[in-house]
Amino acid sequence: MSKSLNIRGLVVLFCLLLSLFALVPTMMRGDVPAWWPETFGPIQLGLDLQGGMHLVLGVDVDKAVESRVDTIIDQTDIRLNEQDIIYKRIERRQGDRLVIQVYDEDEGRKVEALMRDEFPALEPASMTGAGGYIEKHFRLSDDEIENIKDYAVRQALETMRNRVDQFGVSEPTLQRQTGYRILIQLPGVDDPDRAISLLGKTARLEFKMVDESANIQEALAGRLPEGTQLLYERSTNRATGVETEIPLVVSAQTILTGDLLADANVRIDSRFNEPYVSIDFNAVGARRFDQITAANVGRRMAIVLDDTVYSAPVIRERISGGSAQISGSFTSQQATDLAIVLRAGSLPAPVEVLENRTVGPSLGQDSIDSGIQSIWVGALMVLVVIIIYYQLSGLIAISALVMNLFFIAAMLSMFGATLTLPGLAGIVLTVGMAVDANVLIFERIREELALGRAPKLAIESGYAKAFSTIIDANLTTLLAALVLFQFGTGPVRGFAVTLSIGIIASLFTAIFVSRFIFDFYLKNRNIKRLSI
Amino acid sequence: MQFIKPDINIDFIGKRKLALIISLVLILVGFASLVRHGGPHYGIDFAGGTLVQVQFERQTDAAEINSALGSLDLGVPVVQSFGDGSNEFLIRVERTTGELQGISVQITDTLEQSFGAGQVEVRRVEMVGPQVGKDLRNKGMLAIFYAMLGILAYISWRFEFRFAVGAIIALLHDVLITLGMFSLFAKEIDLPIIAAFLAIIGYSLNDTIIVYDRIRENLGKHNKESFTFILNRSINETLSRTIITSGTTLLVVLSLFVLGGGVIHNFAFAMLVGVLVGTYSSIFVASPLLLLWQKKSGKTA
Repeated sequence: MSKSLNIRGLVVLFCLLLSLFALVPTMMRGDVPAWWPETFGPIQLGLDLQGGMHLVLGVDVDKAVESRVDTIIDQTDIRLNEQDIIYKRIERRQGDRLVIQVYDEDEGRKVEALMRDEFPALEPASMTGAGGYIEKHFRLSDDEIENIKDYAVRQALETMRNRVDQFGVSEPTLQRQTGYRILIQLPGVDDPDRAISLLGKTARLEFKMVDESANIQEALAGRLPEGTQLLYERSTNRATGVETEIPLVVSAQTILTGDLLADANVRIDSRFNEPYVSIDFNAVGARRFDQITAANVGRRMAIVLDDTVYSAPVIRERISGGSAQISGSFTSQQATDLAIVLRAGSLPAPVEVLENRTVGPSLGQDSIDSGIQSIWVGALMVLVVIIIYYQLSGLIAISALVMNLFFIAAMLSMFGATLTLPGLAGIVLTVGMAVDANVLIFERIREELALGRAPKLAIESGYAKAFSTIIDANLTTLLAALVLFQFGTGPVRGFAVTLSIGIIASLFTAIFVSRFIFDFYLKNRNIKRLSI
Repeated sequence: MQFIKPDINIDFIGKRKLALIISLVLILVGFASLVRHGGPHYGIDFAGGTLVQVQFERQTDAAEINSALGSLDLGVPVVQSFGDGSNEFLIRVERTTGELQGISVQITDTLEQSFGAGQVEVRRVEMVGPQVGKDLRNKGMLAIFYAMLGILAYISWRFEFRFAVGAIIALLHDVLITLGMFSLFAKEIDLPIIAAFLAIIGYSLNDTIIVYDRIRENLGKHNKESFTFILNRSINETLSRTIITSGTTLLVVLSLFVLGGGVIHNFAFAMLVGVLVGTYSSIFVASPLLLLWQKKSGKTA
């Protein structure tokens, strides 16, 4: 008996010390040797408590498929010309379909042979005649489409990770989710609007030649010359801050893209003291840029980012150094962000915001304060009721309850779980329910005492009889908590975590620890009357 | 100290008709409210939409905010005061957009124009797209369904099937009444409320099992007595525990409701209703159901 008492005492002591050990980094924040928080990290607060941003972005994967087809069209165009195959038109239809119009069967067969050799990923779909022409249809195979979509999401995730790294957020979370979605969590971010545009901007940089011969009025009326498109140049008046948009007709063909960039940096223009972004091409890009500028001296080249023209300077001379600049009346923050997205690379497809939850740091702190306050007040009220009702035995239940809170905190740290606002509610709830096990036991003990049993015996059979009830009751609640964990998202999961931890901790404290205290107290005493 | 004397003997089962009426009235009132409002009042987590919580430097009211937002084409924004301070508000619109600079930015920009820069602090922004809302709703329903299924299996294994059915009906009873109360008090069902529902399920079940456990024990001890007697005796024997545990749980939930802050307010409300109804149902619903089952199967046998 006394030997088992010693062992149980050691178990309780060990748990207490371990918990204390685990909680030191949480309580001392920073004032401990580095290995300590590495073993037991401080309790992590969820975004709703520490403030921050929770984003779910959906990648528009269909756009990625379309742009792959567009690329194939560009390449096909070149190949067809090289092989002197005569065709009327080549275009994309219904997103993933490539259509080549030819004049006769002969050319049609040549087209089919060429496509089979050059682009094996394309399946010949069907062939129709339309107004005297023959149309050859090709489509990407389902496998290929799935690959493109999958790659687009992976690449978007990678690009966003680069951008976040350069933005400088501590401990960001970026995760791929099902359905071409990306989950991003940025704790403690202080300018959410900036973060969102930095992350979600496609940042597709293109260089296109301006078509000076086109009539702007005609173009605005929707009559564009073949092979051109209408874009707007956005500029801000430095003095008045008024934004203007100037229409510009540019060649639809992109002569150079941001894929060939090596670096991008913010510089300050010495004349106007205005920031601009200087870009450096890699070797391939520099050579292309050299050729293009040499061939187009005197013409205007539009620098287009996500279909907005930033500037359209006249090429005065051949530029062979492989660097250029993007100016466009930026604020210094805009210039910095532009440099970041250009360095990190463009997204393979546009993204849209599916879910955004942002909590400011002040609200988070308020939530922590009121959450902790309600725990204390709730626990205090329970304490008073239990001690009045069960007297000295109530004191034992209360020590078990306090230890329970202590163990919950320690386990949160040990499992690296995240504490959220519903999580705090879970702890509050546990406080209420944790006494239940002791109440059950005490009521049983009272029943046994009423039957005239001696205190020691009453305690023993009280614990024994209440045991299976307690297990059944708690296991079913634990079952509900685990389901919640499995299906819950975000904050709800936090609730499931603290509830589960709370149930486990309260089982331990109510059954094991309180029993130990009873036995310890009764060890060498011969108590006639139990204070219960 | 004792509230309940050990020899207490209240005829709970005898009052089962009255209890049935009370339960039916509570459920029907909630149901009527649900029908009148065309289903549960979903928050943006499930319905989709945009919510902005703003704090103003100076005193203002919902009407002023509404007129400031009038220039935006956002449908009818719902503006309600938040927490106890009168200068903090929730603004909710049904619309969402996938654009990077979404509706929340439009709202705050417009407010800054009306109230002046630096006068408006955005404390929280939540935007849930319709697709995500639908996913979350399905997940929530599924969670409650699977929890019930798991419980059914566990109780069937530990007790008997009839106990499991009784417990599940009692749980449905609790969730239905809480749902009805939410509709009656015009409160929104959000993601944390699903958590609250599962906590209610857990709590109510806890209560029911403790009574059932005693019934099982007494069935073995007093096999000469009538089933009604055993039910009554079991409820009476566990009554003291029921009152103390419900009492302490209510105390902490009340503290959460009063002090927990605005964000957790509805959660605490759900728990408050749930604990009360859950305690009632384990005595007046779960146990009489066993009797009903007994009578039914007795007749057919």
